[in-house]
Amino acid sequence: VKRLIALLVWLWALLRGRRAGPPPPRPPAPDPRHVETGGPAWGAPLAAALLVLAGAALAAFGVLVVVDPDTQLLGATIAGGLFALAAAFVVLASFVAPRETHVEERPTLDDPEDRRETEQVLASAGEGVSRRKLLAGAAGVTGVGLVAAAGLPITALGPSPGDATTDTPWHRGRRLVDEQGIPIKADDIGPGSFMTAFPEGADKRELGSPVVVVQVDPSTLDLPKGREDWAPEGLMAYSKICTHASCAVSLFRHPLDERHSDGPALVCPCHYSTFDVRRGAKVIFGPAGRPLPQLPLLIAPNRELRAGGPFSGSIGPAWFRTEHPS
Amino acid sequence: VREDRDPVAFVDRRLGASKAMRAALRYVFPDHWSFLLGEIALYAFVVLLATGTYLALFYSPSEAMTIWHGPYAPLDGEQVTHAYASVLDLSFKTPAGLLMRQTHHWAALVFLVAIVLHLFRIFFTGAFRRPRELNYMIGVTLLGVAILEGYVGYSLLDDLLSGMGLAIGYGATLSIPFVGGPLGFLIWGAQFPGSEAFFSRLFIAHVFILPALIGTLIAVHLAMIIRPHHTQFPGPGRTEKNVVGTPMWPGYALRSLGWFAFVAGLLFALGGLIQINPIWQWGPFEPWIGENGAQPDWFLGWLIGGLRLMPPLEIHVFGRTIVPNPFFGGLLFPTVVFGVLYAWPWLEQKLITKDRREHHLLDRPRDNPRRTAFAAAFLTWVGSVFLAGSADRMFLGFGLSYELQVEVFRALVWILPVIVYVVTHRVCRELRESEREPLTSPPVAVRDPG
Repeated sequence: VKRLIALLVWLWALLRGRRAGPPPPRPPAPDPRHVETGGPAWGAPLAAALLVLAGAALAAFGVLVVVDPDTQLLGATIAGGLFALAAAFVVLASFVAPRETHVEERPTLDDPEDRRETEQVLASAGEGVSRRKLLAGAAGVTGVGLVAAAGLPITALGPSPGDATTDTPWHRGRRLVDEQGIPIKADDIGPGSFMTAFPEGADKRELGSPVVVVQVDPSTLDLPKGREDWAPEGLMAYSKICTHASCAVSLFRHPLDERHSDGPALVCPCHYSTFDVRRGAKVIFGPAGRPLPQLPLLIAPNRELRAGGPFSGSIGPAWFRTEHPS
Repeated sequence: VREDRDPVAFVDRRLGASKAMRAALRYVFPDHWSFLLGEIALYAFVVLLATGTYLALFYSPSEAMTIWHGPYAPLDGEQVTHAYASVLDLSFKTPAGLLMRQTHHWAALVFLVAIVLHLFRIFFTGAFRRPRELNYMIGVTLLGVAILEGYVGYSLLDDLLSGMGLAIGYGATLSIPFVGGPLGFLIWGAQFPGSEAFFSRLFIAHVFILPALIGTLIAVHLAMIIRPHHTQFPGPGRTEKNVVGTPMWPGYALRSLGWFAFVAGLLFALGGLIQINPIWQWGPFEPWIGENGAQPDWFLGWLIGGLRLMPPLEIHVFGRTIVPNPFFGGLLFPTVVFGVLYAWPWLEQKLITKDRREHHLLDRPRDNPRRTAFAAAFLTWVGSVFLAGSADRMFLGFGLSYELQVEVFRALVWILPVIVYVVTHRVCRELRESEREPLTSPPVAVRDPG
């Protein structure tokens, strides 16, 4: 009979449990508070040994810095000392010092009574004050003045960009030189090779200075209109500073067999913007928004390379005043 | 103890602090491993301050040229900047210099890993809910400032990689609509690579302005948690009105000191034994030099991914470039990510839970399927952009065509988050359901025989 009753109760509980949503209230949990003191006999000696070991290793680190500062040895001694110290603290916390679980009540954060009193104190400042609007307006003027005084000196940090991105050292007739300042000749470059060149006598670090010079078969050229004589013998110069984010365009992808791969292109190693050199450095892949500016080239009678004029557009990354070629 | 030698009495007579001190010593910290993630960040910051102070005693923020002489033959006799030369000296000549430099770099990486993991803990368990929304926003700010501090830090070295990073930073600054150009010239003092003053500005930002900001934010972050106390996971005896765990003294203090020593030991072990950023191999930076396969520190991987994935779109009106391309991947993307992080506590309240009550007991991820699914999807979005940033590495490692990878990632970054949302939502709901109707033995009612 007892079993039968138990079964019925169980079935009833099962059905009820399935149907009725809220589960039965949990039994009150036991108080989690407890304290455990004392511990194994080896606890304190082990902690002491680890502390001494830590001290010895840290002292060894100090001595080594003075005597023989080998990076690996220094790292091993200071790390070893700190690891021993960490182990000592773990032993102390787990086996030597009292282990407790404690319960702390949280304070009430928003007490309406308290808040009302605070608000009254705040409001008390306005008692008996006339012409509040005038005072507020005057304080506003001070605020504007303060912001201007604190903010406007920032403009002293740098010049306005002005024409910095269009005004480059290149002009018609300026010689192209290499990193050592030696003039570059048309025959220094062949198909598939590329060179970095600078305007003779100019600051190499200026963004408008460096160009890459490449050579392709002139019959394959497809330059934009008006640039018919910019690439004598298929030699072309483009600004080396990427129009995307001002990295140096320092990769030249030149196919060995064009039936199986894409044509010659300059590639920026930062975000892999890819520029088709035959079509005026048109962007064919990657994030750059406009072609690399092209520098017209001339070949002097002594075969030296010279600029035929300024760049085709502003150099470097775009900003508001950058003209977009369309 | 004789009363005049009792330190507590000494302090109490001067500050009247023994009551506050007792409360602090008995302050209860909940026991859960995930609460240690934020502590790792704190201890990494301490190591950063200590090693950084040592480094600052030797570093020279000057772009003036000098000839470097030293035991590294490929650079012996090369013309380099004072900044780069001082870091070479620090690495090759200063006792413990290389150890401190590498430990500093490792600590920066771990600092940011710990902050991000701590953020995951806070986000997935709903710890940001009232009353902790403001403190959560301070934490998000800390993440942003720490990323900037890390970027400025590795820019100081003036090696090829840091120069390329600064070039990208310059390009991204210029891309801010309308004000980018003037702003870039203000920060750099001239057109890139900048005026003589630029490296002094980087230096003071890295060793004073940003660390002071981080230190202050950490102090506020910790101070603001004192009164509401930490959250805790539900468990026996734990309610919305109490906090159950280990008191500060002695248990938690000992454990924390041990954890601190362990984190510091790990960072010094990494710094002493595992090479990081060997700047002598990259060589000095010049604006006309670049290198492929270059990768930033991990915490900027998502930004280089954003920059690389962006199609070549620019917005121009009347031939003027209103929105240059780097703005989308380099600035808009992180603005959206941080905007969502900042707004989430309020968004969730408005759109999902409609719950404005105080919460001190944490959710498990399954308890709020929509939040968890959103977080997982959001993480997938940022994570897949991050992965796309290393597509050139995957090309080198696995021979996958770079162009093809970029095309695929451009689609995946939008498709994957949707899939992850649906799957996560479903899994959370299943988990919740399975708890309501356990598959194990049914409840047994026992009658009292008496």
